[in-house]
Amino acid sequence: MAESQKKSFNVKEIREQFPSLRQQVYGKNLIYFDNGATSQKPQVVLDTLNHFYAKENANIHRGVHYLSQMATSAYEDARKTIQLYLNANKSEEIIFTKGTTDAINLVANSFGELLDKGDEILISAMEHHSNIVPWQMLCERKGCILKIIPINQKGEIIQEEYDNLLSNKTKLVSITHISNTLGTINPVKSMTTRAHAVGARVLVDGAQSIQHKKIDVVDINCDWFVFSGHKVFGPTGIGVLYGKEEILDKMPPYQGGGDMIAKVTFEKTTYNELPFKFEAGTPHIAGAIGLGKAFEFLNTLDMEAILQYEMELEAYAQDMLLTFEGLEVIGTAKKKTSVVSFAMDKIHPFDIGTLLDKQGIAVRTGHHCTQPLMDFYKIPGTTRASFAFYNTKEEIDIFISAVEKSISMLS
Amino acid sequence: MTLEEKQQDIIDEFAIYDDWMDKYEYIIELGKDLPKIDEDLKTDDRLIEGCQSRVWLASEFKDNKMHFTADSDAIITKGIIGLLIRVLDQESPENIAKSDLHFISDIGLHEHLSPTRSNGLASMVKKIKMSALTQLAK
Repeated sequence: MAESQKKSFNVKEIREQFPSLRQQVYGKNLIYFDNGATSQKPQVVLDTLNHFYAKENANIHRGVHYLSQMATSAYEDARKTIQLYLNANKSEEIIFTKGTTDAINLVANSFGELLDKGDEILISAMEHHSNIVPWQMLCERKGCILKIIPINQKGEIIQEEYDNLLSNKTKLVSITHISNTLGTINPVKSMTTRAHAVGARVLVDGAQSIQHKKIDVVDINCDWFVFSGHKVFGPTGIGVLYGKEEILDKMPPYQGGGDMIAKVTFEKTTYNELPFKFEAGTPHIAGAIGLGKAFEFLNTLDMEAILQYEMELEAYAQDMLLTFEGLEVIGTAKKKTSVVSFAMDKIHPFDIGTLLDKQGIAVRTGHHCTQPLMDFYKIPGTTRASFAFYNTKEEIDIFISAVEKSISMLS
Repeated sequence: MTLEEKQQDIIDEFAIYDDWMDKYEYIIELGKDLPKIDEDLKTDDRLIEGCQSRVWLASEFKDNKMHFTADSDAIITKGIIGLLIRVLDQESPENIAKSDLHFISDIGLHEHLSPTRSNGLASMVKKIKMSALTQLAK
């Protein structure tokens, strides 16, 4: 996109581009506050998917025919769009995966092969299960040691504890950029610098940050940055692993199959170069192209203004919720955005969630795939409202009255 | 009252509500009224862990009838448990094993019994049926 193109942000105009927001559930206008789980899709992404299957559908990287070349170039253009959006140095550093979970598993399996017994991996206490379990499996396989960086009651990583845990045994640090349960924005840039100082590699889980703020992987300087397409207004089943070329080159292939090979004989197979080395088999071609379109859409928007707006939405919702007696907001970090999680004395999140649903409001309830975090706060789960730039203060007002009504019914 | 009559009874009771919130208001009242399971019986082996809410179920076989008590940490789940127990309690193992609990979907609450809902209710029904089958096999 040309730098000269004007970037803007107008909620009303944005909402018009999301057809799924214009519907009623149980006779009420839908209020979609479950963006942490997945985002809605703009019309341009839907049109792109439709156009691909209607006009360009072919397999990529292997056909001499017209359609295959069209599909290949659309797929590679999407990679390029994403590279530029992330400010990565090369498009070879963008690997298409199924999503965040798949990307983390790729690193755990491939980079994990380079680790030895006794090597230490650090994650924080606020991680999603997908940034816990792959490392636990790696530790079981290779005899590495998983260490947990503690958090304080507000839901912030205790930076002194992080420094204490870092040592020359630390080989990898894997942290979430923004917590899916708490909304905490972690200082990933400074944490990366400190990890690098002891020779450790850093993976940043961007599943909850890519849709809220501008990401510059060179500025963060992390070794890997991973996210899911569906949370950033793209299709499901597609995601991205960004990795520095230098480290991706050292990593052995993860899955074997077509497209990832240079030459196969029964005696010895040589592998394809980046990024294809990590994209075995026919990828989610339409998904990748749709995701590229989602980033083109974001390119027209002023992400700074969006971050500001979403922080205001979150603060507004949080302030209103705190007026309810017996309600505790879980996660009150100084730097947070887009997520407000709460728990109540004597009222179960499932009950609130069920009643909100019947009032047309979609929230998430439960442990949000962060069970260790729930144990830390000694609660069974929370009710979580998570916002996107198409949400409004008016929707929050309706949400607050619905919460009030639910509480009065349940008390 | 037969098991089928009990189901019809509940369907009739719910017929007066055309608003979802009224329906849930009634379920919440049922949840509040449900006699709680004896605290001693809230043991891990009686716990049905759902992703969303937890359910405890205790069953007993006396005078050729099954007897159930249950509890949940979520009041809506508890209200639905109350309905299930009203239909299934004091029934013979044969009746329970072959029962078709259509009233749940008739009153529009089938989503709560879907195995993907993971509020423990689907597992609870499965467990109730298993306990009836276990009695039959004895």
